[in-house]
Parts: sequence; C-alpha cells; structure tokens
Amino acid sequence: MGFFVDVLLSGVTNGMVFAAIALSLVLISRATGVVNFAQGAMAMFTTFVAYSLLVQGIGYWPAFVVAVAIGFVFGGVVERTLMRPLHGRSPLNPVIVTIGLLVVLEGVAGSIWGNTSRKFPAAFSQNGLVIGTTRVAFSPFDFFIVGAVVALVAAIVALFRWTDLGLRMRAAAFSPEVARLLGVRVGRLYTLGWALACAAGSLAGLLIAPLTSFSPYYMDLYLIYGFVAAVLGGLVSPVGALLGGLTTGLAISFAGGYIGSDVEPVAALALLLIVLMARPQGLLGGSAARRV
Amino acid sequence: MTTRVTPPPVGNLAPAPSAVRRLARSAERVRLPRQPLVRNLIFFVLGGAFFYVITVSVSAYNDFQIGEIALYAVVLAGLSLLTGLNGQFSLGQGAFMIVGAYTLALLQLHAPMNLALELVIATVVAAAAGVVVGVPAARLSPPYLAGVTLLLALGLPQLADQYGSVFGGEQGLTTTMPVAPGSISSEQWLAWIQIFCAMVVILLLANLVRSRFGRNFRAVRDDAVAASISGIHVARTKVLAFAISAGCAGLGGALLALSTGVVNVGEFPLSLSIALLAAMVLGGAGSLIGIWWGAVALVYVPTWSTSLSKHLSLGTSAAAYLSDAIFGAVLIVAMLVAPTGIQGGIRWVLRHLWAAVTGAPDVAAAAAAGGGATPGAPAEIAPVAIAPARQKGRRARAPAVHPHIWHNAGQKGEERT
Repeated sequence: MGFFVDVLLSGVTNGMVFAAIALSLVLISRATGVVNFAQGAMAMFTTFVAYSLLVQGIGYWPAFVVAVAIGFVFGGVVERTLMRPLHGRSPLNPVIVTIGLLVVLEGVAGSIWGNTSRKFPAAFSQNGLVIGTTRVAFSPFDFFIVGAVVALVAAIVALFRWTDLGLRMRAAAFSPEVARLLGVRVGRLYTLGWALACAAGSLAGLLIAPLTSFSPYYMDLYLIYGFVAAVLGGLVSPVGALLGGLTTGLAISFAGGYIGSDVEPVAALALLLIVLMARPQGLLGGSAARRV
Repeated sequence: MTTRVTPPPVGNLAPAPSAVRRLARSAERVRLPRQPLVRNLIFFVLGGAFFYVITVSVSAYNDFQIGEIALYAVVLAGLSLLTGLNGQFSLGQGAFMIVGAYTLALLQLHAPMNLALELVIATVVAAAAGVVVGVPAARLSPPYLAGVTLLLALGLPQLADQYGSVFGGEQGLTTTMPVAPGSISSEQWLAWIQIFCAMVVILLLANLVRSRFGRNFRAVRDDAVAASISGIHVARTKVLAFAISAGCAGLGGALLALSTGVVNVGEFPLSLSIALLAAMVLGGAGSLIGIWWGAVALVYVPTWSTSLSKHLSLGTSAAAYLSDAIFGAVLIVAMLVAPTGIQGGIRWVLRHLWAAVTGAPDVAAAAAAGGGATPGAPAEIAPVAIAPARQKGRRARAPAVHPHIWHNAGQKGEERT
C-alpha cells in the first residue's frame, strides 16, 4: 500500500512538470501549428544560465526570475529570426528547424558547461513529508511544483478568456486573415505566443532540474513526455495540457514503479500510439474539419 | 496562373562561341538509354568502378572510412526516399539501425550463417519493425510523426538495457568481421562489401523511384486526398515508404556493426538520428546522388570537429558537442536558405551553365526536374513554356505527377505544352 501511494504521488508530481512542458508546446502549437521540439533545449539553456548566476552567488529567486525573463526574450527572438521566414512553407520545415535548434543548443551548452551531471538546488526541501509515522514521497518542493503549474495554467486560461490581449491571440490563432483585416497585429501575437511559451518552458526547466541529474541532456526525455501529454490533451487547450500531463505522469510512474524504470519511454510511446490511433484529436479535443 | 510566354531573348549571358555551342549540341544528341533499369545499371557499374579505383589506391584506414561512407549512404538513401519522395520523415532511423545491428549480432551469436543471408535477414527484420511503427505513423502529420519517431529513438535503446540477458546490456554483443579472401586486407574487403550493398540498395531504389510505387509516393506527398481519389491506397503507400526506409536503416546498422565489431546502444544515440536527418537535408532530400554528400559529412564532420576543437584548444569532450552543433546548424541553415541541399545547388549551377553554353533558356525543364526533389520549397511555377523539341528529351526527367492532381494541374499542364 505504501509503495502504491508513493508511486501515485510521484506520478502526480511528474504529471505536473509534464503539464508545464505540454503547456509551453500547446501555446505555440495552437497559434502557429508548429510543435517546438527545441522547447526542452531552450529551457535547459535558461536553467543553465540560472545555475551560473547561482554559482556567482546571486540568490535563488533573482536567478529564477532572470531565467524566466531570458526564456521570454529567447522565445520571441527565435520566432522572429527562425520561424517567421518559414511561414507558409510545408509543415516539415519548421519542425526540422526546431530539431536543429535543439541540437545546436545542447552542443553549445555542452561546450560551455560540460557534460558532468550536477545538482541543481531546489527552492524548498526535497525530503518527503512525514504523515503520522510514515514518510511519503511528497516533499514541500513537490507542493511548490504543483502550485506553480496550477497557477501557470490558471494564469494562461485567464489571459485567454478574460483579457483583450487573449481575445486577440485567440482570434489570430483561429483565423489569421480575418483577424488581420480587423486590425489585429497577427505577426506580433505569434512572437508573443512564442515568448510566453518559452517563459513557461523556462519555468518547467527550473522545476525539473532539481528532480533529475542536471546535464545538457536532462530535458530530452521530459520534452518528449511533455509532447505525449500535449497530444493527449489535444494540442490546443491549456486545461487539456494539464489533464494530459497528469495522465502521462501517472502512466509513466506506474510503468516505472511496477515494471522497471527502463521501460518508461516505451510506456510513453505505447500511450502515445494508443491515443493517436484511438483519438487522434486528443482526449479533450473536438473533431477538426479540414478543407481539401 | 501563368500564361504561355515566349522565351525571353538571352541578353544577360554572353553568347557562347559557336564551337562550344556545336559541341554542346552534339553532346545533347548522345543520350542515356531511356530504360531506367539500363540507365541505372550503367551508373551502378560506373560507381562501382569509381569506388574500386579509390579503395585500392588509399590506405587501409581510408578504406575503413570509405566503407563507413557507403553504409551511411545506405541509411540516407532510405531516409531520402521517405522525405523527398513521400513527404514523411523520421527521427528514429537510429532505432532501426539498432534493430538491424542487433539482429546481425544475435544471428552471428546463435545461428551463424552466410553473411549475405545475415544482412538480408537484418534488413527484413528492420523493415518489419518499420511496418509496426509505420502503420500508426502513416496517419500522422509531420509534428506527430517527429514526436513518435523521437520517442522511438530515445526509448528503444533503453529496452536493450532492460533485457540485458538477451542484448548484452551496456557492453552489448560482438560481431565477427568477414574473412577476406586471398591477400586483400580485411578493411578493404569490408569496404567492398559495404560499397556493394550501397550500390545495390541505390540501384534498387533508383528503379523504385521510376516505378509505379515511386509515382504513388510522389502523388501521396503532393496531395494525399487527390491521390486517394485517383485510386492510390494512401496509408499502404506511406507504410511501404516507411518500411523501405527502415529496412535501409537496418542494413546500414548491420554494416556498421561489422565495421565496429561490437554492437551496443551507446553507438546509436539520439544525436545520430538527428545527424542522419541533417545529412539527408544537406545532400538534398529525394536525391540519390545527394546522399553521398551527406554520407561524407557524417563520416568527416566528427573528424574535422575533433581537429577544430584541438586547434581552438576546447578540450576533448567539446569535439562531440561541436559536431552535434554543426549538424544542428546545418539543419537550420539548410531549411532557411537552401532547402534543396547541396545537390539542389549543383543542379542549379549546372542548369545555368548549360543554358549559357547552349544559349537557350532551359529553366523550366530543369526546375521541373529539380522541383520534384524538394519537399519543403514552394513548388516553383515554371514561367516559360519551352519549345517542344527540347521538352521531348527532357520529359523523362520531369516529375511523374499526373496533371489530374488538381492544385498542380495548371502549371504541370503548361509545362507539357
């Protein structure tokens, strides 16, 4: 029983960080139809910047804020320089460019910071809470993760639902031509969407780094789990990303706990294939009409 | 759409001397046989002779590298077919290489037989794995396909760890190099085997490209709906392309296992799969000549980056990062600047040289021949309708997409006037 609860709790924590990555993928995908495979590497890069600042003696929270801010700028710059020229070409091209960016960033980070596994500090204690006499696999830092991701999703939903900017962003994603005719600066909103997504990705990177051995490749698997979560959620809605993240987190946690940690990626692959075969539009997504 | 325009006068190009022009005209009369099989066989023999001359005149280490180039050419040929011809792509070629390599090693360990048979079995097993992945993948659009194959490239190596008793865990399995007959050095013999495999694969694929299957691949790439209305089974076509590319990767993996003498998953990291994609894009997607540029890059970029990082005194571990970063940068730059790759650039140069020499604008025919190989570039609208006499000879090189594929109908029809 204790083991089951531990697996369940770690599944929830994992699910939340997957949801954060899924959210950063969804923000870009719903606006421009591009899945940003460089998201993990960009988050890795900003987290390494935060790490360098921490080593310099700057406190945790300033480094945290700086990393998220750098992620915001970084996302906007990537959209302007790499994605904009490809607009309107075959969907293969932006995907290949983001994969190229992924490798470049990992190579650059590797040559700056080396391939040694490090320990990234956590904001709060990572020791499990003691309930009664047993210690469960849920620490104050895990509380922070859950809280941060839920707050992030709530903020994004609120942005889209109740602000003028969110309305413009939805309009630009829904029908770029009509939005442009109505005076919406669609290009700027694409840039903003990328910037927001990469800020969210940076947050995810900072949350994940203490959970794993921190090296230039630490985001590879998390990115792909986040992708599975995003597909589960239908690649369009923030709430779908949250639920998809939870589902993926629990599935992977149980597969890892009861079969072996090496099968986790294969379990994720199986989950992804089952979802794509059975409900290609995701668990929450409606059916999409396609004009031919 | 475009209307028929008379060829513009050639004003910007200096008129070529008449002797050169006459030579070019007579060269034009010497044509390669129209039969694809005969023509490809000629290339097969010429390529084989070319490689024979090279392998006997260089050192054993260079032979080893030439063999590696050949085996990467096998992998890239499949990937190039998948992307350039069928519009799909895969980040999981490394995973299929693993399947091929482990199949070969397991066969040699448990049921040793003729090497050729082992290689064929490795190819078939990898192709079967390609069918398993391809059936769901055939329904997916590029971003999903990227995700599925990325997960495959990350997940499959871990299975080898999980079932270490079968796959040898982290140490992996060993393979035995084929014994060279007579006084031939073993590197040279291995290089010949690898080159022979590469030439056979490319011969087969070159024929496939010209066949009904190749036409179906292109039709599905250009417009899946139109292709299915024309009676092409879209999903089956996509799965076939995926299986062929997986089989090529499996054969390449098996050949790599022969080269290295040991098979372990550490040799097939995710960065290999991405480097393969980059090499394919660099050579030019869909071009069976372009893959050789990519294969050369795959073998020599790591070597160059090692010496470059030594030169810049970056430390030993930086070399691997540098070559990864180079391949990543190649992907980005190629997609932004030159989606047709090196081979596309060479074609462009040759086309303009040819136009300068013969004094006739030949842009439309060459654009038709080159445009067919470009997955990402917007379809070039041929601005000029060319004289029927020239078109006749060029027709064999025009992409075999039928005019009844709607959105291309206007321009394709005009090219044929």
